[in-house]
Amino acid sequence: MPGAIYAEGLVKTFGDVRALDGVDLDVPEGTVLGLLGPNGAGKTTAVRCLTTLLKPDSGSAVVAGVDVLKHPDAVRRSIGLSGQFAAVDEYLTGRENLQMVGQLYQMKAKQAKVRAIELLEQFDLADAADRPTKTYSGGMRRRLDLAAALVVSPPVMFMDEPTTGLDPRNRQLLWEVIKQLVSAGTTLLLTTQYLEEADHLAHDIAVVDHGHVIATGTSDELKARTGGERVEVVVHEREHIQAASEVLRGFGKGDTTVEDHMRKLTVPVTGGAKLLAEVIRELDTRGIEIDDIGLRRPTLDDVFLSLTGHAAEAKDEGNDKKEDAK
Amino acid sequence: MSAVTDAARVAAPGNPLSQSVRDSLVIAKRNLIRMSRIPEMVIFGLIQPIMFVVLFSYVFGGSMNIGGTTDSSVYREFLMAGIFAQTVTFATAGAGAGIADDMHKGLIDRFRSLPMARGAVLTGRTLADLVQTALTLFVLAMVALLVGWRTHTNIGEVLGAFGLLLLLGYAFTWVGALIGLSVRTPEAATSGGLIWLFPVTFISNAFVDSSRMTPWLQHVADWNPFSATVQACRVLFGNPGVSPSDAWPMQHPVWASLIYSVLIILIFRTLAVRKYRSATA
Repeated sequence: MPGAIYAEGLVKTFGDVRALDGVDLDVPEGTVLGLLGPNGAGKTTAVRCLTTLLKPDSGSAVVAGVDVLKHPDAVRRSIGLSGQFAAVDEYLTGRENLQMVGQLYQMKAKQAKVRAIELLEQFDLADAADRPTKTYSGGMRRRLDLAAALVVSPPVMFMDEPTTGLDPRNRQLLWEVIKQLVSAGTTLLLTTQYLEEADHLAHDIAVVDHGHVIATGTSDELKARTGGERVEVVVHEREHIQAASEVLRGFGKGDTTVEDHMRKLTVPVTGGAKLLAEVIRELDTRGIEIDDIGLRRPTLDDVFLSLTGHAAEAKDEGNDKKEDAK
Repeated sequence: MSAVTDAARVAAPGNPLSQSVRDSLVIAKRNLIRMSRIPEMVIFGLIQPIMFVVLFSYVFGGSMNIGGTTDSSVYREFLMAGIFAQTVTFATAGAGAGIADDMHKGLIDRFRSLPMARGAVLTGRTLADLVQTALTLFVLAMVALLVGWRTHTNIGEVLGAFGLLLLLGYAFTWVGALIGLSVRTPEAATSGGLIWLFPVTFISNAFVDSSRMTPWLQHVADWNPFSATVQACRVLFGNPGVSPSDAWPMQHPVWASLIYSVLIILIFRTLAVRKYRSATA
């Protein structure tokens, strides 16, 4: 039984660029898949193919139980899409925007009106309901855009970089809404460049690069694959580096790296907090004064780096934007 | 992928035609609200033809030979059908810019992800433009009356002429729709929607007596769809300067105008809707 979002071998080329080079996805009902990757990795193209906006060159996709290529109109009735840009009419008020979208989802005018009021309340936009959205802040517009995607409470949602360009407060707000949605049973595919966001919201993560899914798994699984925990120690006196290194050798599961100028030593370990306490005790016994010590888990940034060989923030952004825009 | 059978469960509700009409009206309403919130656009749209009326009738007025006379009041009556027709075709630029703007802002993506009728976004836009064109035409007719334009036929014929003008304007907004979907920016749509209109409206009988043109140019003018509507208006208004050319559209201008406009709508609507279906911002 395929999931609520299922794709097999999606390929899409734009001229010489293979934006999607055989993408497989499977998102079980009621879960969140985080599609993680740098600009130009193919995230947006994947979303566009799955939401009927773009026809893939080959491959197949099923969304909400409906074949995307054969019955795009039926798919459209079951999905909500919140794209990279807040797609709201800036000269219409928030209320008018939501009513319009409701009617285009084939709701009756009256029903659309009632639903618009509910959504405006839910997204904290009631006070601004009758102002043209031109006067809204970026965060408000984004919220309205998301509300528009939720007009019919679609069982499957797609969000393409929902929090890009938002301030921390608005990002938090949006995260809360997303969590509510998911706890209500919505299946969500979310693209993001923010590893923290995927970590926070997604049950499963698919890391994409150059049109390929290069790794999938839960956040913990991906981190475990990159290597486990490390103990990081910063000693107070430079002379103590040697002694501390000897202590760490006794606990470590690998080579200790030393950053001399920062008086910092790092060693891979297993054993977690208990081991950390032992390390501290041992250092203390030997009279090694420390400035800082901690157990570090790999971040998704580390994961990304080790999987792709480059950091999550793509350098050739100009090029990628063009590709994404298609 | 057995779940595909579920497609039947969410089959299209209602009949497609009534859905299409309803969706088009929702979009038309949206565009009319927009227009009402950007009144300067409507006002600029009015100022331009009024300026043309004043400039042409007073600057060119005394030096134009229409039907053997250079009387400027004759030219003024002659001119109005041309200005009316030119004004309705300029709606092309508005439609194109509006649709290009929707593309640019990601709204077309949103609409395309909704279970709405495929042609409705464009039909709604062109209908809203039709309303704006009607309004512009009304104000322009008032100004024309002020500078001395008169009709010499019955009300039915006069309304018929305005009907042909609106139909021509509606047809041209579909050309604008296609341009709007084909260019990258709203700015390009505005200029792209306007530049080709100059030769179309000038190589015609709109502002001068086309029988005084070089023969090949006159031939182009006689068969120009735009000329047919202008000629039809002059006939239906009873205004001077009706071309005596024996080209078929000049001899049967009302029919020619109708046929041309319907053909333009059919061709460009088909092309624009096809383009919309594959549109990507």
